[in-house]
This record gives sequence, structure tokens and C-alpha cells, in this order.
Amino acid sequence: MDRRKFLALAGAATAAPLVSKTAQAHEITEDGPEFMGVLVDTTRCIGCRQCEVACAEANGLPVPDIKNDQALDAERTTTTDQWTVVNRYETDEGEIFAKKQCMHCGQPACAAACLTNAMEKTEIGPITWDGGKCMGCRYCMLSCPFNIPKFEYHSINPKIQKCIMCSERLEEGGMPACVEACPADALMFGKKQELMQIARVRIYSHPDTYVRHIYGEHEVGGTSWLYLSSVPFDQLGFRTDLGTLTYPDYTREFLYAVPLVFLLGPPLLYGLHQLAGRNGDDHTEGGHS
Amino acid sequence: MSTAVSVVPRQSVWQFILSELKPKGPIFTPFNVISVPTILAGLAIVVWRFAFGLGSVTNLTQDYPWGIWIGFDVMTGVAFAGGAYIITFTVYIMRAEKYKSLVRATVLNGFLSYLFYAGALFLDLGRPWHIINPIIGNSFGYNSILFLVSWHFMLYMMAEALEFSPVVAEWLGLERARKILHKLTLGTVIFGVVLSTLHQSGLGALYLFCKPKLHPLWYTEFLPVLFLVSSVFAGLSMIIFEGTISHRVFKTQIDPKKHHTFDDIVFGLSKGAAVVMYVYLFVKFVIFVHGQHWHFIMTGWGWLYILEVGGLVLLPCALFTHGYRQRRIGMVRLAAILTLLGIMFNRLNISVIAFNWQLPTRYYPSIGEIVVTLMVIFTEIWVFRWVVYRMPVLRETTEGNRKT
Repeated sequence: MDRRKFLALAGAATAAPLVSKTAQAHEITEDGPEFMGVLVDTTRCIGCRQCEVACAEANGLPVPDIKNDQALDAERTTTTDQWTVVNRYETDEGEIFAKKQCMHCGQPACAAACLTNAMEKTEIGPITWDGGKCMGCRYCMLSCPFNIPKFEYHSINPKIQKCIMCSERLEEGGMPACVEACPADALMFGKKQELMQIARVRIYSHPDTYVRHIYGEHEVGGTSWLYLSSVPFDQLGFRTDLGTLTYPDYTREFLYAVPLVFLLGPPLLYGLHQLAGRNGDDHTEGGHS
Repeated sequence: MSTAVSVVPRQSVWQFILSELKPKGPIFTPFNVISVPTILAGLAIVVWRFAFGLGSVTNLTQDYPWGIWIGFDVMTGVAFAGGAYIITFTVYIMRAEKYKSLVRATVLNGFLSYLFYAGALFLDLGRPWHIINPIIGNSFGYNSILFLVSWHFMLYMMAEALEFSPVVAEWLGLERARKILHKLTLGTVIFGVVLSTLHQSGLGALYLFCKPKLHPLWYTEFLPVLFLVSSVFAGLSMIIFEGTISHRVFKTQIDPKKHHTFDDIVFGLSKGAAVVMYVYLFVKFVIFVHGQHWHFIMTGWGWLYILEVGGLVLLPCALFTHGYRQRRIGMVRLAAILTLLGIMFNRLNISVIAFNWQLPTRYYPSIGEIVVTLMVIFTEIWVFRWVVYRMPVLRETTEGNRKT
């Protein structure tokens, strides 16, 4: 092997691992600084939609007209200018209302998907979006199991819009606007561990009222928002087939393989190249030369 | 080897390039008549898209954030471009001299595919002015597959450009530069092959996050493996397809002796494709059985799956096998076309058709999305043709049968 060829090879081999420091997933676990969440007790929700109004006012979004009850007739999803919606469901136990918004997963798909760290799980709990970083690829939307991030398709400066759990209010020691506005105590703000205990106590002390399932305890590895219900959660429009694996777990093995391939690939290929060469016939001239 | 200096007497390199920019060959060909209006319409749509937002020209929705600009242009285009890493691996690593004549055209095609198809990604970005963010380091999303894929696209484009650069140097008559660039070839090939294995599989890994949305017949944790393996026979089929067309269109560029050996090369590629397709089918079969997906087969999704795997992988695989044994060139070409359709169908199934299978809403590409996609394809062919008529891609050297 002549010197130039060696340098070319060495260059390729050393440059590769530098750009692939990909393997370490950014994790926030429940062992770390404990994050905040909200417990939604759907048995208490009266469907007044005060949370929708408070959300819009706190985040500068168009305030919905809650006098118009027809909004509850069809199941709604969150939109670019409505970060939370209350839906009415006909269930085995009659009419039940369920508020929907970003679940603020413990190890979120959107943040694991984001190639610029624009989507970020903050230490206190909310998942926020940074317009200064986002390039608008919409991979977060593709990845989110709850279909929460919404994109402004008709804007030339489009933003990803979703509930940010009033992260600024939280930093100032406050609580999310929707929780503050709830007149029925259906929403409770607190540390996730404490909310879990409260939720369990409610289930144990009223076993006839609640199903024995806290939605968000294990779903996609656990979410900041937790739900209690008197009916199985699929009747409230929740997906119950999401599994308990956190999203970074889906790609961890692949990402771990990357540095390995970069380290082992070049020497293997160079070895094959040497192996395939005939005696004294160093034929690396390319093309038609 | 004689240099091309004689071709550019007393001209500066820039004057030479300017003179080369002029069109060569007939202007009113059927391809030109179709492609020019399409490209112009596509450009108008692109302007419109940047003036009024993505929603003004695409049918993308909140449920379908990725349409055919990703599902076809990027997912399918990159698989089709896989030929470049396969052929450079075969020729430079395994030193199979037989396929050497394919290298330049395939690398050029690979480079242009990445440039245009992956470049079309830019049109799809909502905030393209931040495209530089994952590169400059203020916001590295290390844990993102998309971060990996975008870096690999960029690095691989550079590797491809380097692999092709000796041809450009030869065209410009820069003999010393050609020699220096040539020395880099083995290194860039090794780098390029490693990058390719990772980002071909990485495109599949992007959909690992879509378990709740992608139909179980297509979702598997082996998506990266399937994408990598299928990119091998996608690339080989593309070489057969593109080579067959090139040998007709660029007849004057090719040494008549080569016409003779090309069939031989095609049969070799067919054998390779068939073997890899058997591997792919085996993996597919294991995944299917292991996933216990029998009950999906009698649904509409099952028929799509059977069409994809049976009609557009198993059938062309059999045609490849039979074709190279019986040395029937027509059968092998048909197999290549079916294989390419199969890859396209597979990538679209995963990214668009079987995506959100549980939702009532469906996505169909808008006219604008289709026209822009055609624009991208046609522009790539235009550039490919421009280069082939000027640089020693298919012919031996710059001198001799230069088309005037």
C-alpha cells in the first residue's frame, strides 16, 4: 500500500466515527429530576370546555365559542390553533367527556425523531418546540403515536403547533392554564410520582367507579399526563395498543450499530480488496483508464 | 494516456465550459417536447409553494405529513441509486473487472439521483432556511435516525462527487488533478459503501417509529434490513434499465465492441439480483410467519401485499433466474422493470398507502406534487444527458468520437 492510498483510507476511517456520535439517546427517566404532569379524572369532567378557553387565552390562540355546543357532536383533534379539545364519548357508562392534548411523554417520540433538537423534553416536564432550530421536516408528526404536533401548511413561515404545558408559567412556579381554569377538579397538576399515588388511591377507594388502568402510567414508557376513567380507555378514543416500550428503544439497536459499522466496515472492505487482488497486480485504476 | 488538452487549444477552462454549455444534438426530440413544459410547470409550482406554503400545492395533511415527495423522491430514488455503491464495491473492492465499464455511468447516475431526489427534500421542508442546523452543530439531534440519514446523504454526495471527479478532470484536460483525484478513489469507495449500507437501512429505520400507524404486514423491526437488502436488487435493476436505454440513446458514445459485451454484463447483474432477491424473499417469509399475519391476507391489505411480494419480487426474481440461464435478454429486461416497480410499490406502501391504515382519511398526491416529482426526474435526466455527451462517461476518452 503506498502512502497516498494509506492516507486516503485513514482519512475516511477516522472521519467516519466523528460524525456518528449518534448512539447515546437523550433520556429523561423517572429516576432523574422528577417531572411535572397533570392527572385527568374523566369521571369528574363536565365538558364545560373552560380549559379550551383558558388554553387559548394563555397561548394567544383564537378563543373558541363554548356556548356553541355543536362542537361536541363530532370527535375533534387538536389543531394548529387549538392545542386542547374536549370530546364527548358515548360509552357503556353513558356520556363521558375527555380532554385531549399533548401527553408530554417521558421519553417522547417527537424529541427522539427531531434531528435538530427543536422538540425537547424539558426537565420540569413539558415538551417544547424551538422555532429557531426546527427545519420543518415533520418527522415529529410522523413519529408521534398520539398525532399531536400540527403543522401550518398554509404559512410561508410554518410552525409546529402543540400544547407546551404552559412551560413558561411552570418555570415561574405556576400551573398550566387549563388546570387553573377547571371548575370541576377534573384536572390536577403535580409531580408525576405524586399524581400516580393520588390516582391509585382513587382507584382503590372507589373500585366500582374506576377501571383499574391509569392511562399514561406505562403507555409508550409513561407520559406526564395521566388519565383515570370509568370505562375502558378505547371507549374514550385512546389507543390501547401502543405498547409500553419507550420510543428511543425502537431505534436504539440500530443507532448502536452505526459506530460499529463505521469502525469495522472500512478495514473489512480494505481486507476484501486485498484478498480479491491478484499477485502483484494492484489494479485500482478506475473507469476506462 | 493522452490528455484532453488538445481539445481545448488556447482556451481557458471557463471559456471551454461556456462553449460546452451549448446544446448538442437535436432539439425537438419527443423527450424534450415532453420534459421542457413539465420542468417549466414544475418550476412555477415550486415558486408557488415557496410563496404560499406547502398546503397550497400539496395534499399533505396533519395525518399525512409525508407524501410522495418523500415516499417516492427520497425513499424510492435513493433505493434506485443504490447501484452506485454495489458497482463500486464489485469493481474496486472485489475487483470484478467485468463490470468496470459500468462504473462511470452508474456513479454519475447515483450522484445525480442523490443530488436531485434527496435534493427534492429541500422543497418538502417547511422551514428550509434551517436546513443547515443539523450540520453546524448548534443543535445536533444525535439520537435521531433522520440526523444520521441527513448527514449520510451529505457525506455520500461528496463521496460520489469525488468518485466521479476524475472524469470531470479528464474532461477539463486537468491531467495532474485527475491523477490526484484518482488516488482517492479506493478510500472514497470504502467510505461510500459504508455510508450507503447505513443510510439505505437508515431510511427503513425512519419507520421504526411508526408502529402504531403502519400496517402490520409492512411494519417489522427488520425494516432497516429489508431496505438495505432491497436496495441491492433495486440498484442492480436500475443499472440494467438505465444501461439498456443508454445503449440505445447514446449509441454514438459507445464503442461498438462494448455493445457486444453489454449483454454479458447484464446477465451477470441479473444473476446477482436474483440471488439477493431470494435472500430478500426468505427474510420476508420469516417475518411474515413470525409475525403471524395470516389473518391479514384475505383483507384488501393482504392483496396489496401479495401483489407486492408475489407479483413484483417473486415473479421478477424467477424471470431473472430463468433469463440468465436461458440467456434471454428480453426476459431479464422485463424482470428489471418489474423489480423497479416493486421497489416503488414497496416504498410507497410503507410511506403512503399502508400508512395510517386504520384512519378513514387517505392521501392522494396532488397534480402539483406529481408535476414537481416529474420535474425532478426530467431535470436529472437532462443533466445526465448533458454530462454523457461531454464527459468520458460511456466512451473511452475525451478525444475521438466527440459529438459536435
